Amino acid sequence: MQRRQLSRALAAAMAAPAILIGCVTSPSDAEVAAKAATVLKASFREQGQARLDRLVQDDTQQTCSAYTGKALPKDIAAQIENANLAMIKWPADGKLVGDWKNGEKIAQEGRGMQYSDDPKGPVGANCYACHQLAPQELSYGTIGPSLYQFGKLRGYTDENRKYAYGKVYNAEGYSACTNMPRFGHKGILTEQQIKDVVALLMDPDSPVNK
Amino acid sequence: MVVEPRRALKGAVLGLVLVAPLVLGQGSTVDEIAKYRAALQDGNPAELWEARGADLWLQKRGPKNASLEQCDLGLGAGVVKGAYAQLPRYFADADRVMDLETRIVWCMVTLQGYTEADAMKGPFGGPDRKADMEAYVAFVTSESRGIKMNVALRHPKEQEAYRLGEKMFYFRGGTHDFACATCHGEDAKRIRLQDLPNLTQTQGAQKAYTTWPAYRVSQGELRSFQWRLNDCFRQQRFPELVFTSDASIALTMFLAHNANGAAFDAPAIKR
Repeated sequence: MQRRQLSRALAAAMAAPAILIGCVTSPSDAEVAAKAATVLKASFREQGQARLDRLVQDDTQQTCSAYTGKALPKDIAAQIENANLAMIKWPADGKLVGDWKNGEKIAQEGRGMQYSDDPKGPVGANCYACHQLAPQELSYGTIGPSLYQFGKLRGYTDENRKYAYGKVYNAEGYSACTNMPRFGHKGILTEQQIKDVVALLMDPDSPVNK
Repeated sequence: MVVEPRRALKGAVLGLVLVAPLVLGQGSTVDEIAKYRAALQDGNPAELWEARGADLWLQKRGPKNASLEQCDLGLGAGVVKGAYAQLPRYFADADRVMDLETRIVWCMVTLQGYTEADAMKGPFGGPDRKADMEAYVAFVTSESRGIKMNVALRHPKEQEAYRLGEKMFYFRGGTHDFACATCHGEDAKRIRLQDLPNLTQTQGAQKAYTTWPAYRVSQGELRSFQWRLNDCFRQQRFPELVFTSDASIALTMFLAHNANGAAFDAPAIKR
């Protein structure tokens, strides 16, 4: 797919002049990044469901790591977004909206995918860790924007339902190098769970839209 | 060192009393949490770990029946005062950059005759057992309280550790694409109601780094900086960070050096 372009972009990013710390023969930024990845792999052990392959970066992770703290060029951002958009699996039945009550439970659930978590579940999205949603929940984080009245403010349209599903499924398709996990793409949530989260955002009866 | 168990316990008891007040609205919730945190400062059970560590430091232990009194933490054999404020650092005898825990393991092996595996066994305490390592850490760090952080990047290996740690801080991976920077790269953010320090800025790094290790009220344990990193990576959905691994030391170097200039103020107490 976009692999070759992304790799080339990455090489260009890493070739950017490194900040030298008082030593003429300092290794380049790319050399430091490569060594950091190697040292990381040797510094972790498999535990519970968390295997060492979690330290193997995909193209998006690698490119976004290289650009953290630097401006992301528009063409690189577009490549990341296009590549991730193309990987979204839309529901075969065409339905995007599930049950907002289940969606609320998923938004509250912080467990899932940690080595300390039961691999049999439950697995949640922990939306409240970073977003305001239903106004009844006061304990919400601020890493992401408030989603209170998400559907009411934007309109209950097919286009917005599709946007909500796609964004939860693979946020990198809409905003390159976002902090938000790719819940569908990475297999964190099931298709039904994503539909339920979409309902929390887009159902007029959801407390989010009251 | 004077330990007052009753005063120390008061902090823990207050924790139980004040843990529930999710009332009225966001503002008052945050206010109540601030009050709870202020109340915790009144008595810190970390003193119990400090006292136990000071006692263990002098005890003759291990196959060589020796104490840790001659352990060189970077300022010369036997000097504990102020040593933590200059760690991690390069140690020529080991030809390696070491953080405090790694250096304690080194001293347990070289002075007391433990195998490295035995010295590294069970570094974090739990409900059924107290870890000697956390007591050592509490004692040594308490001897740097009030001293300004001054972590140098003189040796090439110190410089390398810093640059590796910085890269690791921005390394995104795992099921959730998280890096350290995902939660600790911006000002004034929080997870749920927990404020997050921005560790890429001097002020944030100083405030965070100088308040670890800490007694965690919610866990009833004194937690070392190695534990802090280990548990961050668990929540990051990474595999388990190996105790005293090169990555753990490099990240500690990055964060400790960024905290330079601030007075060290731990063991602290946290929720």
